[in-house]
Amino acid sequence: MATLNQLVIGASIGAVLLLIALGLTFTFGQMGVINMAHGEFIMAGAYTAYLLQPLVGTQSVLVALPVAFAVAGVLGLILERLAIRHFYGRPLDTLLLTWGISLILQQVARDIFGAPNVQVRAPGWLTGGLDLGGVRLPYNRVFIMVLAVGCVVAIWLYLTRMRHGRRMRAVMQNRQLAAVSGVATERVDQLTFFIGSGLAGVAGVALTLIGPVGPTLGTNYIVDAFLVVVAGGLGQLRGAVIAAFALGILNSFVEFWVDNGASFAKVVVFAVIIAFLQLRPQGMFVVRTRALS
Amino acid sequence: MTGAVATVPDRTAGPGPAPLSRSRRLAGPALFVAVGLLLVAVAPAVLSPFRLDLLGKYLCYAIVAVGIGLAWGRGGMLTLGQGVFFGLGGYAMGMHLKLREAGPGGLPDFMVWSGVESLPALWRPFANPVFALAMVVLLPVTVAVLLGLLVFRQRVRGAYFAVLSQALAAAFVILLVGQQGLTGGTNGLTNFQMFYGLDLYQPGDKRFLYLVVVAVLGTMFLLAWQLSRSRFGQLLVAVRDGEDRVRFLGYEPAVVKTIAFAVSAGMAGIAGALFVPMVGLLSPANLGIVASLELLIGVAIGGRFSLAGAVGGALLVNYAKTIFSEESADNWIYLQGAMFVIVMIWAPRGLAGLAADARAAVRHRRRPPSRSVAAPIPSGTPSANGSAPPGSADPVDPARPVDDARPADQIEPTGVPAVAAQRGEEPA
Amino acid sequence: MPRGVRKPLVMAVAAALLLSATGCAEDPTAASGAGSGSTIKVGILHSLSGTMAISEVTVRDAELLAIEEINAAGGVLGKKIEPVVEDGASDWPTFAEKAQKLISQDKVATVFGGWTSASRKAMLPVFERNKALLWYPVQYEGLESSPYIFYTGATTNQQIVPGLDYLKEQGKKSIFLVGSDYVFPRTANKIIKAYAAANGMTVLGEEYTPLGHTEYSTVVNKLQQAKPDAVFNTLNGDSNVAFFKQLRSSGITAAAMPTVSVSVAEEEVVGIGPENVAGHLVAWNYYQTTSGARNDTFVKAFKGKYGAAKVTSDPMEAGYNAVYLWAESVKKAGSVEVEAVKKASAGISLETPEGTVTIDGENQHVFKTARIGLVQPDGQIKEVWNSGKPIKPDPYLKGYPWATGLS
Repeated sequence: MATLNQLVIGASIGAVLLLIALGLTFTFGQMGVINMAHGEFIMAGAYTAYLLQPLVGTQSVLVALPVAFAVAGVLGLILERLAIRHFYGRPLDTLLLTWGISLILQQVARDIFGAPNVQVRAPGWLTGGLDLGGVRLPYNRVFIMVLAVGCVVAIWLYLTRMRHGRRMRAVMQNRQLAAVSGVATERVDQLTFFIGSGLAGVAGVALTLIGPVGPTLGTNYIVDAFLVVVAGGLGQLRGAVIAAFALGILNSFVEFWVDNGASFAKVVVFAVIIAFLQLRPQGMFVVRTRALS
Repeated sequence: MTGAVATVPDRTAGPGPAPLSRSRRLAGPALFVAVGLLLVAVAPAVLSPFRLDLLGKYLCYAIVAVGIGLAWGRGGMLTLGQGVFFGLGGYAMGMHLKLREAGPGGLPDFMVWSGVESLPALWRPFANPVFALAMVVLLPVTVAVLLGLLVFRQRVRGAYFAVLSQALAAAFVILLVGQQGLTGGTNGLTNFQMFYGLDLYQPGDKRFLYLVVVAVLGTMFLLAWQLSRSRFGQLLVAVRDGEDRVRFLGYEPAVVKTIAFAVSAGMAGIAGALFVPMVGLLSPANLGIVASLELLIGVAIGGRFSLAGAVGGALLVNYAKTIFSEESADNWIYLQGAMFVIVMIWAPRGLAGLAADARAAVRHRRRPPSRSVAAPIPSGTPSANGSAPPGSADPVDPARPVDDARPADQIEPTGVPAVAAQRGEEPA
Repeated sequence: MPRGVRKPLVMAVAAALLLSATGCAEDPTAASGAGSGSTIKVGILHSLSGTMAISEVTVRDAELLAIEEINAAGGVLGKKIEPVVEDGASDWPTFAEKAQKLISQDKVATVFGGWTSASRKAMLPVFERNKALLWYPVQYEGLESSPYIFYTGATTNQQIVPGLDYLKEQGKKSIFLVGSDYVFPRTANKIIKAYAAANGMTVLGEEYTPLGHTEYSTVVNKLQQAKPDAVFNTLNGDSNVAFFKQLRSSGITAAAMPTVSVSVAEEEVVGIGPENVAGHLVAWNYYQTTSGARNDTFVKAFKGKYGAAKVTSDPMEAGYNAVYLWAESVKKAGSVEVEAVKKASAGISLETPEGTVTIDGENQHVFKTARIGLVQPDGQIKEVWNSGKPIKPDPYLKGYPWATGLS
């Protein structure tokens, strides 16, 4: 029973990992931007839920989802326009640039909202849990899982069914060819960055249900998010999904079986990813091209 | 955007444009000596012991920067885990000093309050000063070689390598923190008083230690410089700029990269070992993700393609951090963040790049300019990052005359410009 | 010949800048020292950035409030106190560096600062080497007594041991230990295990998570399997928020499995959300609700200066006390000179928000009243038990037979 419970827990950890990594599969995966400020966009989403609280009461989490998407997305767009667009083609420089920006954003949050954590109240219907014959599934975890799956489905539909999404994929797979075929790659880049950052905002709202809301919120999640994307393969939606759930379940079982396993689990996850990259150096899924590198 | 790039031969990604005249050729060594004198003779005379200690600390970071300049600037490997090697060297030294302090049969202070009753086996050999000194270099180098062979052979590079090395730093910190009885946990190792006969509480002895750090930095700098102008160094740059082409020529890029990575790790280890007596403590906070990033940002700001730029950048960034935070304890993060952002946007090749542009501009004023050098977006960097995006690399690469960018003085006396063509005899 | 030293100019310029600027940074007026001039400089050294800022910023605020109040009342020795604030940046070597800067550049009379044990351990050699004074305002793991540090927070026998006594009194037979992976929880848990062994309690499990960890469902599942009577929680900062939110949503109630926390104060309760932690126990020496006129004025002054929504907490109060205790010692010594202040401090007794505290001259800790509190749905903490009188600090637990093997 405990094992089954761990499986559920693993899946819910996976859902969190998926949510925080989803935006990165676009900005990192498609555009090659190593966005260290992604964590701060998550934070922006969480603070959006906090700010909406006095306006819309305890249902703020629901209202905050679209608002946080827009807020974080616009922040991302501003970042892209002001800074990152100078850096396309130099992914590693973007890392340093966005790290500087993440420092600034953290300090901004500290100055606006104060250094201590703030509270976002969960709506009443999210506080209980589902009892499935001894396996307890908290509603907030169900919510996060549903949200994660919903985001994945929405993105999948967008990428495969909508014109903009197909353009995005075209740019992802071959920028030059897309450009000569008449795709305005720069516009696509902006839109991609908007969506990627917006997804971080959504993740931020979800995280208010289970974690702290403070200026350093983003730093708690950023490394895990990058690991998921690397393991899944850059720009690969299904890779990210599988990697997130695999790492979540691995994490939960290692932590459960080993006494005092939380630290150990993190180290194991790292070792597994290194081993995995030995087998598949480009992550789980790779866009096959005949190009060399 | 790529069209413009293609017409601008890469003058900056390589070790540097040619110093043309004899006076310019002498400028380098002259400045090396001048800076050396400044550090050795002037600084101890004018700075208070506190400021000299700080300068010593910056210089330790500068030693790491030399290694990063080699691995990243020359080799294109963005290592976000340099703190790990810094830490391995530092802990090797720290363990020895702690044992020295505890005396034969004694336990280091933190073990006493962590409830450890007998000295762990891992610690025993570190009582030997020679063993400890050897480990300062061997530990980081071994880890770097193992990791390097694993990931480089599988052609894990660019952003993948960056993220992996960052995760390595995170995992290493968690391991260190979790073994409190063995490593001192989050506290790390603190309170060092003696260092190979030097009393670290005495300003005079501390000054001597500072001079040791300067000497080591000078040595490491010359070593890295010698290495980067050797055939190996040229091969390394070739791997950075076109790994596959180097492979087709019969070399094994993984080996070349691993060697450079290991050398940079060894330098970081030495720096860590000097940091311990210089600063008097070492904790996981010095080797984590943030610390590793800070090591890197100095190099980026100084200019990663120039070893001197890397050293200057490390000094400048750490000095700025001290001054900003002293001037404004509440807002210094803004200043620091803004400095990173501004330099990255307006001087992507760092301050050394700006200096080069300025020199080039002066040169061009003398003879009519044939090409735009001070292009706001530098040309060489996509390839320098190791993983050019599919977009920009393809049209640029074939057109780019790689060897044209190689300065005359970088070419071996044989006069054969192509790097790999110089020696087909043995893969490195 | 180093022809390849290509951009030596940069290096030279940087070095020159460095030298000239550091030369200038030697403030000539600083040499006047803390004792002369019209003000007395004191250092305030907490993390204002980085992960620990969450906790430390408000301690700085409380210390600045105390300085302001003392100045308004005429200062000490006829001089105003001038705070020099530095940022420890959640980085231990930075704490050491800034401590040295405050001592040798600013020539402060004393320093108030630190939060984590790691920051204190990093600063300790600096203060001992320079024979300068540090006032450390946070509860900690004990086993330390530096002659150059005053400890105004609780040591283990003023917080953890009373917490355990309370659990024993309540008939809790089995406990589970949850903590962040660093020095305080590990040392605290060693003490708890020794106590449990001597008092017929069983420790059903011991879990540590990395600092900043936010995923507690597995730990909660282990709690559900182990079914302890109570949980002893030594998690730090952010992790508490995740732990309590996830504990609650798993259906474990405070009534079925109460936790005793030693790092959750009023401020943390706000971040966790009172409804998530209401009904759980905490162990401290001070709560905002602690009765007494002195506390009323403190709470009122703090809210007046920083906003009505602010809460006061134990570490803030300990930092506030530290400033007053130092000022009192200086008045008694008639000088800010370190050895004189140390000597004068022994036995100084002061009416503080938590009640009467007295400096123990033996180990430079303070006598403090232990209080167990119950978190209320409104975010305040209600005292449910106290030790009746201030407990003599015993950092090495010498007075406890069961603790002989610990240090």
